[in-house]
Amino acid sequence: MPEPLLQAVGLECERDERLLFQNLSFSILPGTVTRVEGPNGSGKTTLLRILAGLNDAWTGELNWCGQPRDRHRESYLRNMLYLGHRPGIKPLLTPLENLRALMAGRRPLDDDALLQALAGTGLSGFEQVPCRNLSAGQQRRVALARLLIADEPLWLLDEVFTAIDAAGVEAIESLLLQRAREGGAVVVTTHHNLDLPGMGRITLGGATER
Amino acid sequence: MNANASIKVQSAQRSVGVTQAMVAVFLRDVRVAFRQKQDLLNPLLFFTMVVTLFPLGVSPEVAFLKQSGAGILWVAALLSVLLSLDHLFRHDFDDGTLEQLMLQPQPLFLLVLAKTLAHWMLTGLPLVLLTPVLGLMLHLDGNSVATLCLTLLIGTPVLSLIGSIGAALTLGLRSAGVLLSLLIIPLYIPVLIFGTGTVAAAAEGAQVSGYLALMGAFLVLALTLAPFASAAALRISLSNS
Repeated sequence: MPEPLLQAVGLECERDERLLFQNLSFSILPGTVTRVEGPNGSGKTTLLRILAGLNDAWTGELNWCGQPRDRHRESYLRNMLYLGHRPGIKPLLTPLENLRALMAGRRPLDDDALLQALAGTGLSGFEQVPCRNLSAGQQRRVALARLLIADEPLWLLDEVFTAIDAAGVEAIESLLLQRAREGGAVVVTTHHNLDLPGMGRITLGGATER
Repeated sequence: MNANASIKVQSAQRSVGVTQAMVAVFLRDVRVAFRQKQDLLNPLLFFTMVVTLFPLGVSPEVAFLKQSGAGILWVAALLSVLLSLDHLFRHDFDDGTLEQLMLQPQPLFLLVLAKTLAHWMLTGLPLVLLTPVLGLMLHLDGNSVATLCLTLLIGTPVLSLIGSIGAALTLGLRSAGVLLSLLIIPLYIPVLIFGTGTVAAAAEGAQVSGYLALMGAFLVLALTLAPFASAAALRISLSNS
């Protein structure tokens, strides 16, 4: 078995005096897609934010490549891509400027590569339109364009299918599968009926299984 | 799991340099600000209005204005910086760019420093540039105006840096305005006292290098400590959101 990219041991999180989960343990192996499941308010987003390192209100152990994650923060952040509820898109900037700004701190690419990624999400012709003039789905597609040029092995995607049309959903599903085939690891939360072959599951609001 | 695994864990050394990332953050903030010009003009307009209203409301006499002009300009500048602070992280927080900023591999305090410097360049610096005009309007003499500009040039970055701590701390709150002012104004008072004190000393013909050195010390202290505090406050605010 390959070494897990990310390993959680005995995670516990309390929010607003409510125990969201406790004794939660799982491993994210390279080449897998894992879906975090559970009803509204069961802590899916919180779990993803904990994994991303945005939420510090948890106890337990998180290991990145076998080492404590928080002691290898820089390496972890370099190798992890998180897309949250809020897409990280500035409404006043154009898709191209947004993508350039998002990539600038990670892996600067030339404009051709960025334009190609935007075209790949169906945004060709909109590169120079301020994002506030785009629809909600199009704004999410700007954020999703990052997936097409990402080299991070671990993806944490929160509600990635929100506001995306049927064709787009299909494209994302096949992208996730292809990603897993290439050795990447993906963790998703979604209310969309996602069922990919070989998909792992983390169920919140009850027993935990893999 | 797969034989043809092509995606590998990258070493952290391969991430983008800190300077490059800071420049990118700075440029993005400047670009956004120029697309939303009323946010740029608001502090300037407020500054001008307060300074203009003083002679009308209190006294237009030359002697009074000469004596209190520097204080009026300093207080107005302080308040207009305070007014603009809430925007420093709020928009980024709402649209999610702040999350992405925190997840960049570079040290967060340096990225926050870049954001704060952009904030100063877009609010503090224009105030300094406007000061000579308003200073002449308040009958300040050339020497006082020059000293005033110098103190504001050193002082306004301190205001932005200290303010960034408050803005970061109050980020998660829905109505942060009052709390932000209460947190920040006590920390602004020393800067205000030394800023106006310098101009008063200059008007009396005294040596001001000692005052300026102290203000420089404020600036160095704020530059070195405030970004750490802001970064820590941001982590707390985002952790609770």
